[in-house]
Amino acid sequence: MATMTYREALKQGLRSALQEDPKVFLMGEDVGRYGGAFAVSKGLLEEFGPERIMDVPLSESGFTGAGIGAALGGMKPIVEIMTINFSLLALDQIVNNAATLLHMSGGQINVPLVIRISCGIGRQLAAQHSHSWEPIFAHIPGLNVVSAGSHEDAAWMLHFAMKSPDPVVIIEYTGLLNTEGEVPATPPEGGLQKAKVRKEGSDISVITYGSGVPKTMEAASELAAEEGIQAEVLDLRCLRPLDEASVLASVRKTHRALIVEDAWRSVSISSEISARIMENAFYDLDAPVERLCGLEVPIPYPKHLEEASVPQKDEIKARIKKMLS
Amino acid sequence: MKENTAGERSNQIGLLFQMMRIRRFEEKAAEMYSKSKIRGFLHLYIGEEAVAAGLISQLKPEDRILATYREHGHALARGIPAGEIMAEMYGMSEGCSKGRGGSMHLFDVKRNFFGGNAIVASHLPLATGLALSTKKQGKTDVTVCFFGEGAMAEGEFHEAMNLAALWQVPLLMVCENNRYAMGTAMQFTHANQDIESKGRAYGMESATVDGMDVLKVRAAGEKALDYIRSTGKPYFLVCNTYRFRAHSMFDAELYRDKSEVEAWKKNDPILKLRQDLERQYQFSESEMKALESACEKEVTEAVQFAEAGSPEPAETLMQFVVSGPPDPGAEAEKSSTIKS
Repeated sequence: MATMTYREALKQGLRSALQEDPKVFLMGEDVGRYGGAFAVSKGLLEEFGPERIMDVPLSESGFTGAGIGAALGGMKPIVEIMTINFSLLALDQIVNNAATLLHMSGGQINVPLVIRISCGIGRQLAAQHSHSWEPIFAHIPGLNVVSAGSHEDAAWMLHFAMKSPDPVVIIEYTGLLNTEGEVPATPPEGGLQKAKVRKEGSDISVITYGSGVPKTMEAASELAAEEGIQAEVLDLRCLRPLDEASVLASVRKTHRALIVEDAWRSVSISSEISARIMENAFYDLDAPVERLCGLEVPIPYPKHLEEASVPQKDEIKARIKKMLS
Repeated sequence: MKENTAGERSNQIGLLFQMMRIRRFEEKAAEMYSKSKIRGFLHLYIGEEAVAAGLISQLKPEDRILATYREHGHALARGIPAGEIMAEMYGMSEGCSKGRGGSMHLFDVKRNFFGGNAIVASHLPLATGLALSTKKQGKTDVTVCFFGEGAMAEGEFHEAMNLAALWQVPLLMVCENNRYAMGTAMQFTHANQDIESKGRAYGMESATVDGMDVLKVRAAGEKALDYIRSTGKPYFLVCNTYRFRAHSMFDAELYRDKSEVEAWKKNDPILKLRQDLERQYQFSESEMKALESACEKEVTEAVQFAEAGSPEPAETLMQFVVSGPPDPGAEAEKSSTIKS
């Protein structure tokens, strides 16, 4: 176990993937000479050379499509898209090709492509660089969509994603880049598709992912210390396919569920989780499922408004206390 | 010019046969469409056969092909059995894409045929990526990507061309310019109608050929492929051609005069090659009859194969969404009920 920043954990994950297989290469805007828009890949060009750390022109659809083609041709590309807002320019390639070719070809073509996308608020980048659009990708059959809400996953999710025969979208969080956390020296349990209990508890299940994880963990620890409330924190990790079994197991234990996410509330991960709890564990509930989600507004520039647009630690604490009162 | 030899004679007869079987196959497909045996969209290639026949005759088995939704001709020329193509259009499990794709999504990866792509221009970046994988692995195959002039108004065309030229990958980009993007003529879609110049704009070696003349297409293909194989660089080839039939079976052809279609039919690539062969090589009526009956036999058998096909049971619907077994969660459930 080592302590490092989320940024350093991401870089370590990239470095091991590149070391493990010579067919792996990273392609993205400014990943090489610039060192990565958020300095994640800084130094990798010097270490691996321009054939494996490929700067590409500003053409999200073009280079994502080229990544799919290279994967079809036997390579193991990692495509980096600078922010989730830009990923919409590549949505045709991700949805109509990467997620669809296996089916459309009657099972002949699988697409072992990994796409890394930065996501979320935290750097005052306003309404075209800061959104939480995990639900857009989680809607698409044929994709694996995973969300790195911990340092452990920042370092190791890529390791599991590289083994997938199908396309994997890894969502990373710019707001967490400078935070420090623990990273295990060997691959942790859970693989790519399992949710993980980050804190055991018996009073309520707080189900979250991505940028929701550290806030919820902090809220749960403080409530334990201050109020003796034992909240269980479940990090979904994989948003498609959803690890429904882990969600239901936690809810059946605590009989209460709060879902926390930065994404907009309507047609979101939390609405899906809520529906599945209702469908499968309705009679296990002692209270209605509740949700804390992003307000349905484009992300604003000022820091205080940016913070107000998504659930914060104090709101999570207050909601848990209210649900248990 | 090719030498006037027995080998060249049989090569040209081979090209004639290739174009004839594509046309006969599609005439039959249109007939089966009108009988409701085939549904969805059916885009016929009739009139444009010289492009697929001429270029694909120059490819090696390891070369890769990506085509559009108007790809029956390319699939046949590549050697996908006519029965498997017809069965695909019938939606049968015996189809080359197991019936999942239909007319617009013919795939046969063992023959390096990567679709059958129906988002206009969306397969162009894929082609660039496949060619990049060839370069990265030190292989020698060429990727050939077919698209229409309509695709060249899409951003993905420009992104794919820029990347291919930037990376210098072994890629043949083939514009099948049939002058209409669905029903909109070129003058309403391209500010600059010098199509070839759009290849040169990316610093790519570029050429234009009469796409109604299979021998000229073959020669242009040979030249382009020689260039790509010897330099490893991409090449842009414009084939000027014309679609004799409607865009799809739903098209009433309100956008062009019948007289225009009739004028182009005088350039029918099949008719032209047949006349050339008669003039140069004493190609006989009985030889022509033999080719016709071979086409007829192949197409009849293709229909029989498709008719005898087996529709996939709905129980296996969820396969091919992900590799391996379907996800046990939401993907396997159409609806849900409360489980107590």
